[in-house]
Amino acid sequence: MDFLDRFSIPPHDDPMLYASIVAIGLVSIAIVAGVTYFKKWGYLWNEWLTTVDHKRIGIMYIISALLMLFRGGADAVMMRLQTAVPENSFLNAQHYNEVFTTHGVVMIIFMAMAFIIGMMNFVVPLQIGARDVAFPRLNALSFWLYFAGAMLFNISFVVGGSPDAGWTNYYPLAGTEFSEHVGVNYYNWALQISGTGTLMTGINFIVTIMKMRAPGMKLMKMPMFTWSALITNLIIVFAFPVLTIALLLGTFDRQFFTNFFTTTDGGMDMMWANLFWIWGHPEVYILILPAFGIYSQIIATFSERNLYGYKSMVASMVIISLLSFLVWVHHFFTMGQGAVTNSIFSITTMAIAVPTGIKIFNWLLTMWKGKIRFTTPMMYSVAFIPLFTIGGVTGVMLAMASADYQYHNTMFLVAHFHNVIIPGVVFAMIAGLIYYWPKMFGFMLNERIGKYAFWNIVIGFCLAFFPMYITGLNGQARRMYTYSEATGFGPLSMLSFIGALLLAVGFVLIVYNVYYSFRYAPRNVGDDPWNARSLEWATHNPVPEYNFAITPTVQSEEAFWDYKKNGYKLFNGEIKDIHMPNNSGWSIIFAGIFFVFAFFFVFHVWAGVIIAFLGIIGCMIYRSFEKDDGHHIHKEEIEETEKKFGGAE
Amino acid sequence: MKQDSNLPLEYSTETNEMNILGFWIFLGAEIMLFATLFTTYFVYVDRGVGSGPAGSEIFEITPVLIETILLLTSSFTIGLAVHAMRINRVKAMIGFMIVTLLLGAAFISVEVYEFIHYYHVGATLQTSGFTAILLTTLGTHGAHVTLGLFWGIMIIIQICRNGLNARTANKSFIFSLYWHFLDVMWIFIFSFIYLKGMM
Amino acid sequence: MKLKWAYLAFLTGIAGFLAGCEPLLVLDPKGPQADTTANVIWISIITMAVIVIVVLVMLTVILLKYRASKQDPDYEPPHIEGNKYVEGIIVGIPIIIVAFLSVVSTISTHQVENPPAGYEEDEPLVIYASSSNWKWHFSYPEQDIETVNYVFIPTNQNIEFRLYSHGTITSFWIPQLAGQKYAMADMTNYLNVVADEPGEYFGRNSNFNGEGFAENEFAVTAMPPSEFDSWVEDIHNTAEPITEEKFEELLEPGHLGQMAFTGTHQAFQPAPEGENSPHNHGPSDSEDDGGHHH
Repeated sequence: MDFLDRFSIPPHDDPMLYASIVAIGLVSIAIVAGVTYFKKWGYLWNEWLTTVDHKRIGIMYIISALLMLFRGGADAVMMRLQTAVPENSFLNAQHYNEVFTTHGVVMIIFMAMAFIIGMMNFVVPLQIGARDVAFPRLNALSFWLYFAGAMLFNISFVVGGSPDAGWTNYYPLAGTEFSEHVGVNYYNWALQISGTGTLMTGINFIVTIMKMRAPGMKLMKMPMFTWSALITNLIIVFAFPVLTIALLLGTFDRQFFTNFFTTTDGGMDMMWANLFWIWGHPEVYILILPAFGIYSQIIATFSERNLYGYKSMVASMVIISLLSFLVWVHHFFTMGQGAVTNSIFSITTMAIAVPTGIKIFNWLLTMWKGKIRFTTPMMYSVAFIPLFTIGGVTGVMLAMASADYQYHNTMFLVAHFHNVIIPGVVFAMIAGLIYYWPKMFGFMLNERIGKYAFWNIVIGFCLAFFPMYITGLNGQARRMYTYSEATGFGPLSMLSFIGALLLAVGFVLIVYNVYYSFRYAPRNVGDDPWNARSLEWATHNPVPEYNFAITPTVQSEEAFWDYKKNGYKLFNGEIKDIHMPNNSGWSIIFAGIFFVFAFFFVFHVWAGVIIAFLGIIGCMIYRSFEKDDGHHIHKEEIEETEKKFGGAE
Repeated sequence: MKQDSNLPLEYSTETNEMNILGFWIFLGAEIMLFATLFTTYFVYVDRGVGSGPAGSEIFEITPVLIETILLLTSSFTIGLAVHAMRINRVKAMIGFMIVTLLLGAAFISVEVYEFIHYYHVGATLQTSGFTAILLTTLGTHGAHVTLGLFWGIMIIIQICRNGLNARTANKSFIFSLYWHFLDVMWIFIFSFIYLKGMM
Repeated sequence: MKLKWAYLAFLTGIAGFLAGCEPLLVLDPKGPQADTTANVIWISIITMAVIVIVVLVMLTVILLKYRASKQDPDYEPPHIEGNKYVEGIIVGIPIIIVAFLSVVSTISTHQVENPPAGYEEDEPLVIYASSSNWKWHFSYPEQDIETVNYVFIPTNQNIEFRLYSHGTITSFWIPQLAGQKYAMADMTNYLNVVADEPGEYFGRNSNFNGEGFAENEFAVTAMPPSEFDSWVEDIHNTAEPITEEKFEELLEPGHLGQMAFTGTHQAFQPAPEGENSPHNHGPSDSEDDGGHHH
C-alpha cells in the first residue's frame, strides 16, 4: 500500500478537489465514448494525431492553448473570488497557493507559448510560400512533447498534488524542506518536457525561415509576422537551454539531495532566481514579439496601408531581443546587490522602452492617412495600443530601482505584467485567431458576437487589473490568500472580481461564437475576405494540404497586395507533382513514452523510469533506421482541388 | 530526390542542407547549455564549497591528461573519417569512425575511474554545491559522449548496410560536427575547471 | 459607443472615489527613505502620464479622422515607407525621457541604499531582523533584548536593519518608512530606516513563503528616544531571557503573537555575515559577502 500511497492526493478538506476529479473523469469518459460512438478513432488518428502538416499542428497547438486558457482562467476566477471580500474562506491558504502557482505556469508555458507557437506553425510557412516547415516530423514531436508536459502538469492536481511555490518557484521554498510533496517535481518535469519541445520548435523555425522562403523573398521582404517569428525563435534557442539547466539542478536538489539551491553545504538560493530570470526575461519577449508581428499584419490590413517604418520595426525587434538578455536582475532589485548593479540594470531595462516606443508610434503612423475598418481583429489591435502603452509605462516605473523597492512583490507588479501580457499577447492571439480563422476553416467567425466578446474582455480587463495598481501602492502584497478588513483592500478587490467575471463571460462568448459560426456562417467566403496584403492570402481558404499549387515568386513584402493592385505576377510556371512528408505515429508515441518517463520520475519509481528510458532509446534507434522519403501529390489531384476552389492563377 | 553533384555528398540535397543548418543551430543551443553550466560552476567554485573539499584537493592530473589526449585524438580521427568520406573511401571512413568510437569509449572509461576516485575521496553529488556542479558539468559532457557512441554505432551500421549515399553521408558529417563540439567543450572543461582548479 | 461613455463615466467615478480616500501607504511617507521613493514615483507617474496622453490623443485623432466610414469610398490610402525625421523624433524623444529617468533612478537608488542625508555621520542603531516561517525576530544587540513580530524604534535616528532568514527568502517591508529588501539564509542585507514622526507603522514580509504568508506581518512603533529607552528598560525588568531551546521552539513553523525577551539569539545563532557567512572561507573572499555598502 505504501507504494500506492504516494500517488494519493495530499490532504485537502476541500470538496472542490473531489468535484474536479469527478469532472475530469466524466469529461475523459465522454470524449472516449463520443469518439467511439461516432467511429472517429480512425479519423482522429490518421488525420490529426499522426499528422505532420504544419497547419494541423498549428491548430492542435491553438486548441490546446484554448483548453489551457480555460484551465488557467478558472484558476484566476477562483483567486479573484477568494480575495473579493476580506477574510474569505472559499479557498484555504494551501489551496490558494497551488491555484496561483498553476495559474502562472499554465498561462505562460501552456497557454501563451502554445498559442504563439500554434500561430507561427499555421502562418509562417504560408507567409513565406513554403510547403511545410523544415523538419515536419520534428515539428509534430515538438507539439506532442508540449502536450505531454501540459498533461503531466495538469494531472498533478489530482495525482500527488500541485506545485505550490509560485510559478517563479524560488528556492529554498521550492526545495524538499519547505515543499515536501511531489508538486514541484511535476513543475520540473512538465516544464522540462515541454521546454525541450519548444527548443526543437526554435531550431525548426529558424531553418524554415532561413532556407525555405519563396523565390524573391529576401530577408527584408518578409512579412512582419515572419520577422517576429524568426527573432522569437532565435531567443528561444538561446534562452531555453538556461531553463533546461535550472530545472535539472532543481530536480537534482529535490530528487537526489544535492545542494545547489539549499542554504547549507555551499548551496545558494539566489542562484535559482538568477538562472530562472536569465531564461524568464527573454521568455517575456518570446511571448510579446510574435504578438507584435500579428498586430503589424492586422493593423496594416485594416488601415489599408503598408506598414509604416518596416526597417525600424525590424531593427527595434532585433534590439529588443538583445536587450532582453541584459535585464534579468530587475526581477530582484531587492536582493541586495547594491546601488551600482541596480542602477545599471535599471537603465538597460528602461532602454527597452525606446524600441518598444518606436513600434507603438509606427503602428499609429500606419493608421495615419489610412482607411480604418473596425473589424473585430482591428478592434483588439486598437485597444491594444493604449492599454499596452499603460502596461509599458508602468514597466518603466518598475524599472526605476529605488521605486521598485516599493512596487516589488505587490499587486502593482501583478497589475503591470497582466497589463502587458493580456492586451499584448492574449488580445493579439484572439485577434490573430479571428483574422486567420477563414484561412484555417474556410468560414468567418460572427462579427457581432465577436464584438460583444471584445467589449466584455476589454472592460473586464480594465476592471480586473487597474484597481490592483492602487491596492499595490496601498501596500497589498501579491499572493496573499486573504487580508483583513482594516487594510481597505476590500472594495477594489471586489471590483477586480467583477472584472474577472466579465473577462470570463468574454471568453465564453468566443467559444459560443465558434459554435454559432460553425453552424450558421456561410461557407463561401472566398480567398480574400479581409482585403489582406501578405502572401498567405494568395492561397485558398481553407488552405489545401500542399499550401500553394505553384510556388509563388515574391517581389515585395506585401506580395499579395502588389499582386492585386499593382499587377505583380505571383505564380509563374505550371502545376507539378508536389513532394510531401508522410504522416507518422512515431512522434506521439515517443512523446507518450516521455510522459511515462517523467511521471515515474516525479514519483521516484525507478523501475518505471528505466523501462521508459529504454523505450526512449528504442524510439530513437527506430527513427535512425527509418527510411521515409515522403510521398507525392500528383498533378491531376492538385488540378482537381484547385478547380474546386475556382482555379489556380 | 534532387541531387546537386557540384556539392559534397552531405550537402547534396535540400534536406541535407537544412539538416546541417539545423544542427548548427542545435549546437548554438548546446553552447548555451554548457555556458550555463560553466557560469554556475564559476559561481560555486569559490563560494559553494561549504564544508566539502575544494577542487585543488580532489583533482588528479594523470586521468585528466589521458582523457584529454584520448578525446583530442578522437576529434582528429573523426576529421580523417570525413576526409575519407569526401574522397569516397568507405572502408577507410568506417575504420576511422571505429577508431573514433573506441577512443570515445576509452575516454568514458577513464572518466568513470575519475568519478570513482571522487567518490572515494568524499566528493559526491551530495557533498557540496561545488562538487555537485562539478559532477553535473562533467556528467553532462560524459552523457553527451556516451550518446555519441551509440549514435556513431547506428551510423556505422547504416553505412555498412546501405553504403555511402546522400543520407548516410549527411548523418556522418553531422555526427562529426557533434563530436568536434564535444571536444571543444572538453577543452573548456580542461582549461577552466581542471587547470584553473589545480593552480 | 454608449458603452464607451458609460465606461469613461465609470472610470471618472473611481478616480473621484479614490480622491476621497486616505492617501495610499506608499505615497504617504513618514521617513526620508520612503519620501525619496514617493517622490520618484510621482516624477515617473507624471512623466509617464504625458506619454500615455500623447498616445491616446494621437490614437483618438487618427481613429476619428481616418476611419473608413468617414471617407470617400474611392479613397486609396497612400504607400508611405517611413521618414527619417519622423522616425528620428519617435526615437529621440523616448531616449531623452529614458535618459532623464535613468538619472533619477541612479541618484535615488544610491540615496535609499545609504543612510539618509543628515544621518551619514551618526552611529546607527543596529537591529537584526530575521524571518522564520512565519514570524519576524528582532534582535537589539546594543540593548540586549529581542522581540517577536513587533519592533520599537526611536524617531529621528538612523536604524540599520540587518536582514536575514532562518529558511525561505522573505522581504522586509515597511511601506511608509522605506522600500523593501530580501532576507535570505546565506547572506545579510542592510536597510537604513529613519522615522520622522512617532506612530504605528505597518510592516510585513512581501515575498511569498508558503502557507502562513498572508499573516506574516509585524508592527513598527516609532517613538521619541526617551520613550524608547524606558521601553528597553521595561523589557529588561519584565521579560524572560531567551535561551537556545526557547529560540528553537520559536523557529517552529506557525504564527506567534508579539513577544519580548532579554538577550538576543545572536549569541548562539549569529547572523550570516562576516566570518559566519556560509560562503566565506579564507580572507580573500571578503568582497563576496561584504554587501555592506556605506
